[in-house]
Amino acid sequence: MDVYLPIANLSVNGLVIVALGALTGILSGMFGVGGGFLTTPLMIFYGIPPTVAAASAASQVTGASVSGVLAHSRRAGVDYQMGAVMVAGGIIGTVMGAGIFRLLQELGQIDVVINVLYVLLLGGIGGIMARESWQALKAQRTGVPVPARKRRHHPMVASLPLRWRFYRSGLYISPLAPLILGIFTGILTMLMGIGGGFVLVPAMLYILGMSAGVVVGTSLFQILFVTMATTMMHAMTTKAVDVVLALLLLIGSVSGAQIGAQLAQKIPAERLRFILAALVLIIALRLALGLGWRPDEIYTVAPL
Amino acid sequence: MKRLFALLALLALTGARDPILVPEISQHKVEVQQGFRGADLLLFGAILTPEGTRAGQDYDIVVVLKGPTRSIVLREKQRIAGIWVNADNTEFRSAPTFFAVASSRPIRQIVDDKTAAIYELGLPWLQLSPIGSFDPTDQARFSAGLVDLMRRGGLYFENNHGVTVNEQVLYQARIALPSNVQTGTYTAETFAITKGRVVASAISRVEVQKQGFDRLIELFAQNNGFLYGLVAVAISVAMGFLAGRLFALV
Repeated sequence: MDVYLPIANLSVNGLVIVALGALTGILSGMFGVGGGFLTTPLMIFYGIPPTVAAASAASQVTGASVSGVLAHSRRAGVDYQMGAVMVAGGIIGTVMGAGIFRLLQELGQIDVVINVLYVLLLGGIGGIMARESWQALKAQRTGVPVPARKRRHHPMVASLPLRWRFYRSGLYISPLAPLILGIFTGILTMLMGIGGGFVLVPAMLYILGMSAGVVVGTSLFQILFVTMATTMMHAMTTKAVDVVLALLLLIGSVSGAQIGAQLAQKIPAERLRFILAALVLIIALRLALGLGWRPDEIYTVAPL
Repeated sequence: MKRLFALLALLALTGARDPILVPEISQHKVEVQQGFRGADLLLFGAILTPEGTRAGQDYDIVVVLKGPTRSIVLREKQRIAGIWVNADNTEFRSAPTFFAVASSRPIRQIVDDKTAAIYELGLPWLQLSPIGSFDPTDQARFSAGLVDLMRRGGLYFENNHGVTVNEQVLYQARIALPSNVQTGTYTAETFAITKGRVVASAISRVEVQKQGFDRLIELFAQNNGFLYGLVAVAISVAMGFLAGRLFALV
């Protein structure tokens, strides 16, 4: 099924793009991460110009998070106050990210920076997740429970001035902490075309110390609005959002997300986390090796 | 046909000595829209004496189809401290987005290097106009890199036997435009060459344009980024919402 993409300026097999969306959708539904970290590189590999790929991937994450947020809000799993602070940070972050994006593009180092960021983030977070889930799995088998982690926020968070009460998260902390976290994920979203869920969730748990019940819902809430802002940012600055491409991705990802969510209920949570950690580590390893391997293309063209 | 006749009559009266080329293209407009998978252009025509008769002589025909040019930065990766980074770059003022050459024989058998360079008769003689003073060996390396990249992308190519000449009069060449061509004005230059000398040339044009829905989308995205972004966001939210509802029913 040939579909012509009016912004990317090329004809693609629509079914391949839908399948790509479905793959990331399933991941997102199963693990609660956006899956953008897979879509963008795969689209570039398929021949879609990198800017168009990054600009159009965000809208797919928007679509996939909508149903997630709805589901979580029904069972009071979203801390709107915390979410709003992080969204504000996220929007500041996308503006900053757009500036950094342009600067790196002019320097010609955008792809190297993106790859190094991917390796560091995926490697770091994959490592933490793998260790945690492995301990949990081992504890299950031996029957010795892991001592419950004392839920406390990071000392750096406590030293920030100004304190607000976040009732649903069970926190009395400075709003600057989630704001900075929001800014950070906003920059990442703009640079890497990812939702930032796999950065946000551990940060909310271990740095802010939010109660686990609202972490996934609030993270999805933040991602929803930040990816919306990213799409707007790209539409106004790079003009590289391809709605036809986004639509194809969305068809795949929104249905994939639902399938993934159903699959997730059938697999034990610890095992699920371990699979995700392994997946993330494999991708990080592949990208790390890719930095040292001779690339397929030595030359790249950019408009002047 | 009438115009052609008038032209031939005029040339016959003025008594020009070189032959004339009468080129034509199967389509002067290529419409890019849904279902576009590339276009096959047939470039054909006749070589006549100024009197309008058969020249009775063997000619070589070279057809050069060139897409709109653009200014680009070409970056080169090098391995530094174990990782591949963009280490060097150059700027070209006039890199064609598409460049195809079809000839009746290999170019080097038809003309010498100098003539080929003057008329840009092939990829080795592509004039990219590098910006700034530049070392010739570096320049050659970068040009070769760009040509190789574009060739593998299917946007630059040469066909040494792409033109057939019948009865010393009629010629025809087929050039395929891939689906990832840029829109704009394409020029097709046809050269008649004999004994290493270009004796006649003619230019015709092809407009590659987006049509219908795809043109609307492109214009919308270009002229009204804010609204376009809102539409993209609305589509994403609606799709997510819809999917949530649909699957809840299942």
